[in-house]
Amino acid sequence: MSSIADPIAGSPAADAKTEVKAEAEAKVAAPAITLPATGERELRLDLFRGLALWLIFIDHLPTNLLTWLTIRNYGFSDATEIFIFISGYTAAFVYGRAMLEGGVVIATARILRRVWQIYVAHVFLFTIFLAEISYVATSFENPLYSEEMGIMDFLKQPDVTIVQALLLRFRPVNMDVLPLYIVLMLFLPLILWLMKWKPDVTLGLSVVLYALTWQFDLYLSAYPNGFWAFNPFAWQLLFVFGAWCALGGARRMSRILSSNITMWICIVYLVAAFFVTLTWYVPQLGHIMPKVIEQWMYPINKTDLDVLRFAHFLALAALTVRFLPRDWPGLKSPWLRPLILCGQHSLEIFCLGVFLAFAGHFVLAEVSGGAALHALISVCGILIMCGMAWIISWYKHSADKGASKKGAAGNADLAGGGA
Amino acid sequence: MKSARTMLGLTLLAACLTAGLAAAPARAGDTAEPPPPPPCDVPAYLLTSESSLPKVTDAIKSNRPLNVLVVGSRSSTIQGNEASAYPATLQAALKEALPSSTIDLSVELQGKSTAEETAGTLVKLVEAKKPTLVIWQTGTVDAMRAVDPDDFRTAINEGVVALRDAGTDVVLVNLQYSPRTETMISAPPYLDNMKVVAQQHDVPLFDRFAIMKQWSDAGYFDLFSTSHGVDLAKKVHACLGRALAKFVIDAAHLGPVQQN
Repeated sequence: MSSIADPIAGSPAADAKTEVKAEAEAKVAAPAITLPATGERELRLDLFRGLALWLIFIDHLPTNLLTWLTIRNYGFSDATEIFIFISGYTAAFVYGRAMLEGGVVIATARILRRVWQIYVAHVFLFTIFLAEISYVATSFENPLYSEEMGIMDFLKQPDVTIVQALLLRFRPVNMDVLPLYIVLMLFLPLILWLMKWKPDVTLGLSVVLYALTWQFDLYLSAYPNGFWAFNPFAWQLLFVFGAWCALGGARRMSRILSSNITMWICIVYLVAAFFVTLTWYVPQLGHIMPKVIEQWMYPINKTDLDVLRFAHFLALAALTVRFLPRDWPGLKSPWLRPLILCGQHSLEIFCLGVFLAFAGHFVLAEVSGGAALHALISVCGILIMCGMAWIISWYKHSADKGASKKGAAGNADLAGGGA
Repeated sequence: MKSARTMLGLTLLAACLTAGLAAAPARAGDTAEPPPPPPCDVPAYLLTSESSLPKVTDAIKSNRPLNVLVVGSRSSTIQGNEASAYPATLQAALKEALPSSTIDLSVELQGKSTAEETAGTLVKLVEAKKPTLVIWQTGTVDAMRAVDPDDFRTAINEGVVALRDAGTDVVLVNLQYSPRTETMISAPPYLDNMKVVAQQHDVPLFDRFAIMKQWSDAGYFDLFSTSHGVDLAKKVHACLGRALAKFVIDAAHLGPVQQN
């Protein structure tokens, strides 16, 4: 399965070709949106998506030493924001080009195929999850947790549960990101079509929808009750913002991004957020926080992508773009290679990460180990993710070389789709 | 779907790798030294609250009986061993710490009620039992049913206001730390929202989740384990009851009496 960033992540030679082609197209058509016309692939995107995947994996494991390395402990936003933003960015980059070159129908068709792939991946993960929790349900008789075991009740009605899972309404904990991604991708043709017309208006509409979500409490319901843990009506803002940046917004914002005022606002906000987060982990500091601010600020709503979280992500992104230039030589260093590889095969590595998190829980549950074992499992998981990314990349560049040259040359998603 | 097939293959490969990984630490685990005995210490910050319990303070200072009502779901009891569950150990610990006072305690279990359903019954309960202090344990049922956290917060809010209006003190008790079901029950939104309501209304929150997690991390209890019978539950509840008693005494500023 391909990651949506494939042309960016694809082989440099193939990329250069498409880039040149796109450049030529752009000159002829002079459309409302512009695609970055560089011959280099944007390794920073791969790097940070890889990082997001690692962090999501670590956050899905029980708390351990490595958890302290994840960004959610140092501010409001976490890896999910990075993942969704970069997904929006790369999706718009890839399919935006497809839309300019091949038209709306072709681009829509490709996006829908991609949606199908993500859906299949989700169902696959659900199967593994079902196996895991059925095991837990049959092997676990602890009177201390007789209440919590009630969560297994849905196993009494596997028919309903499975159908609801296929409808994306039954989603176990930690399996919320892919359904969100599926829904966002489903609306990508509409988003791109609007962007082609007026990017800024599209972003404006997205903000309006976000505001309406907060005003009228829009949400998607889930099975057996409850709601989607990541509300697509709110999270679309990050995705659309990513798309907007990819289609020329980032370049138009470059003056704002390089201004010192922006930099200081970001730094002040990040530091403030850090101190607030510190009070969560060092409860002894709790009394320092003024009550008024606490009451205004809490709860910081992840489901609906709280403005504080969004702003925190923006601040992080602005500083990153400023201090990590596109041509930073470190991006080519072998030390960052594993991260970049993971980021280039995001869907596979994401699924693997969710699976490994399940497996990690399982190991921790079966073996009473201390902090060292917890950390060891995290490290091993990351090594497995890197190994897998390397194998997939090998498949794409060596094993499937002959096959993909013929049918898929210049094809946005097939460039890596055969892997 | 050639791509999907490849992915399946690769993921299965990963599964094998992980299985191998699982086997290795299993052996390492066997040789680990036995866990230390469970003194179930709790760091001081988890047992202190900035909020107070004026009604409890009054009752004790004026030598009136302290009437405690525990409202909770199934994690407030141990089936078949009610006398070993934390409400009973709380009562015993309070009696020990406040020997000159009368401590009455009753338990109202609402096994499968969400916070919203329980909140609706609180006023009647208070009218019937006239407690000085209501200990409201909640959140688990809501987390399992994935109730909208906003609705959950509203319900807790209403419950707390109703109890205060009815003239009782309130202590909130949050979810248990349950590592086995961490992949299935998402506790954080409910923990956060209980914290928020506690702050808003200046209600002491007994952080059962953090305390149990502390015990698990420190190795006092192996909460991951499958093999324990009712023994583990009894030990944990005994510790919870004692910790809760300390917490109540601290919040009611009955410190000097506590010297025992």
